Amino acid sequence: MRYIVVFLILFAHWVIWSGMLDAFHLSLGVISCGIVTAMSHDFLFRRDKFLPQHITEVFRFIFYIPWLMYQIFLSNIHVAKIVLSPDMPIDPKFVWYKSKLKKDISHAAYSNSITLTPGTITTDIVDGQYYVHCLDQKVADDLLTGDMEKKVAHVFLED
Amino acid sequence: MITVLSILLFLAGVFFFFTATVGLLRMPDFYCRMQATGKGDTLGAFLTITGLALYNLNHGFTLAAVLVSLKIMFIVVFIFVANPTATHAIAKAGMDCGVEPWTKEGGNT
Repeated sequence: MRYIVVFLILFAHWVIWSGMLDAFHLSLGVISCGIVTAMSHDFLFRRDKFLPQHITEVFRFIFYIPWLMYQIFLSNIHVAKIVLSPDMPIDPKFVWYKSKLKKDISHAAYSNSITLTPGTITTDIVDGQYYVHCLDQKVADDLLTGDMEKKVAHVFLED
Repeated sequence: MITVLSILLFLAGVFFFFTATVGLLRMPDFYCRMQATGKGDTLGAFLTITGLALYNLNHGFTLAAVLVSLKIMFIVVFIFVANPTATHAIAKAGMDCGVEPWTKEGGNT
């Protein structure tokens, strides 16, 4: 089962990148994707078997991306306003944020989301405590409300 | 129609690149400069590259053109994975080397 999924993902990438749809190039793709799947099928997924909830996670993650884009857009406008205003009202500070997430992948997704959102950078994670650099009080408040954490927890089925 | 839309996207993207550069020049210390450049780029690159992908479809929705646009959009995906990782790595390296953050009260300590 895992072989088939890895093979299909690789082959979809082959078709997109090569753009050649004749029999010769497609059969080359089948051969090389087959070799790569046989050699390194366990790199892509560390789990031993697929559960229905993993498909749920993928779909929820796809719906999480537009919300993240919207947040990036909002806070980018906020940062642009700060940068372009003549007296530049910044108040940079480091904030400790205690997160309730448990899985490694949700930590990775959450810290990357924090760093993608302008005004905040995750510099370190120590035992679920995030050490975040904030550009001013408003973005720090936005972070401490924990909306984004709830969304990430929802995506990876931790709520 | 597509041309107008992609020009608007270019302009918006260039605006965010511009604020990122102004922020780089105006910010007081290392971490704030990371904020300005590492971040203004993400939205700026997203808008500019989306504009390019749309402009590529200008001559009709053939399969080849759609594939090229898809490849262009993959650049955005890679930027969105790589950018926060690199920003975090640089900021953490700065912290490990003991770069003192600038604060509003203390000024440059």
